[in-house]
Amino acid sequence: MNLTLKIWRQSGPKAKGEMVTYPVTDISEDMSFLEMLDVLNEQLNARGEEPIAFDSDCREGICGMCGLMISGKAHGPEVTTTCQLHMRSFSDGDEITIEPWRADAFPVIKDLVVDRGSFDRIIQAGGFISANTGSAPEAHSVPVPKPKADRAFMAAACIGCGACVAACPNASGMLFMGAKITHLGELPQGQPERDARVVSMVTQHDLEGFGGCTNIGECSSACPKEIPLDVINQLNKDLRGALMRGE
Amino acid sequence: MKLLMALSGALFVFYVLVHMYGNLKIFGGVEAFDEYALHLRTLLTPILPFGGFLWLFRALLVVALVAHAYSAFYLWSRARGARTNRYVAKAAAKATVKSKMMRWGGVALLLFLVWHLLQFTILKFNVGPDAAGDSAGKLVISSFQVWWVVVIYLLALVALGMHLWHGVWSASQTLGWTNNAKSRRTAKATATVIALVTAVGFALPPLAILFGIVKGN
Repeated sequence: MNLTLKIWRQSGPKAKGEMVTYPVTDISEDMSFLEMLDVLNEQLNARGEEPIAFDSDCREGICGMCGLMISGKAHGPEVTTTCQLHMRSFSDGDEITIEPWRADAFPVIKDLVVDRGSFDRIIQAGGFISANTGSAPEAHSVPVPKPKADRAFMAAACIGCGACVAACPNASGMLFMGAKITHLGELPQGQPERDARVVSMVTQHDLEGFGGCTNIGECSSACPKEIPLDVINQLNKDLRGALMRGE
Repeated sequence: MKLLMALSGALFVFYVLVHMYGNLKIFGGVEAFDEYALHLRTLLTPILPFGGFLWLFRALLVVALVAHAYSAFYLWSRARGARTNRYVAKAAAKATVKSKMMRWGGVALLLFLVWHLLQFTILKFNVGPDAAGDSAGKLVISSFQVWWVVVIYLLALVALGMHLWHGVWSASQTLGWTNNAKSRRTAKATATVIALVTAVGFALPPLAILFGIVKGN
């Protein structure tokens, strides 16, 4: 298939970017979206032009490294990551717009690569469980009710790709944060630090310059792991409780 | 900020429902309406002076309005600051007219509120054909015989309905009341019912007056 790509080119963090149009030909529908970009980069290399910078790592849809805004949708038209999106989701002759995640908390490093260090700093603020070192405790010594375990696993599926922030009209990171709060808050091990965790993470989130949630639901429909909107409710509930307990 | 927004919004939901119930008194005639207006002023007297309860309630509403508007503009500017480089192409998956119009719709409602207070509370100017005297009921009936007044109110009600539709659901989510599928369905259904009841309930008196179902004498 033949496609017209409109891609955001930006030479560095401070540089002014612009959309550049690239025609690509003979693309197989079995290629992944990133393989299609690899083909384009090979052509650019052969012509001696600067290849397009984009992030990817596992290309199996589990690491959370890749992420592009494809024709206005985070990770493109399917519910999956960019690396697991295949060209059969497009038609011959399509014009595709490719942009980086746009949020001031995710500054562009180059072309389509953004710095998601703000997510790491939110996790460092409280998205962990403090444990003493030593041998692992016997797994059966801490019982976890099945529904709580299921919900924790559901929330733990978040790979931190940032699609929620990219899709959010307010560029809010609350779906990501809600997933971490729900994941740790449902488990017995997460209880001792629960109140402090939510307050520190929300404080860091606001410091990083993310927007606030207006409960629209764009994040959840863009999420490749289908994290539901109710994790944001859990976050709000935990925050309200923590503030009332004077945390 | 979001909690402040949700709580002040909840007070307004309560207020518009009471306000709408009061408006429906016009169907009982001018006398019933005026009696109700007087009753609001004599409520809890002689513990409070004449109009005392009403002024306490108005003070509360003003505080809530300031809180609601302040948090709205604060969150709005934060959201704008969170994405200073806009997308060239952005497709919406879930956003609807009602959720997109929360901010501009809120500004429109604020402007309408100014007009509405000037017309019926502060200046009490009469744009209609009939003399109203001191009667609030007669002023209402005279005003809504003018078609463009009715149009302004209907537009404002559409804005109010949409604002409540998304707002009630959004506030339940912010207050952390929607933790499972059932409570989420309840919150969305409640939002729809409150929005519809409010918009329709407020629209009935002006329409009835315009079409001559409710008359001044």
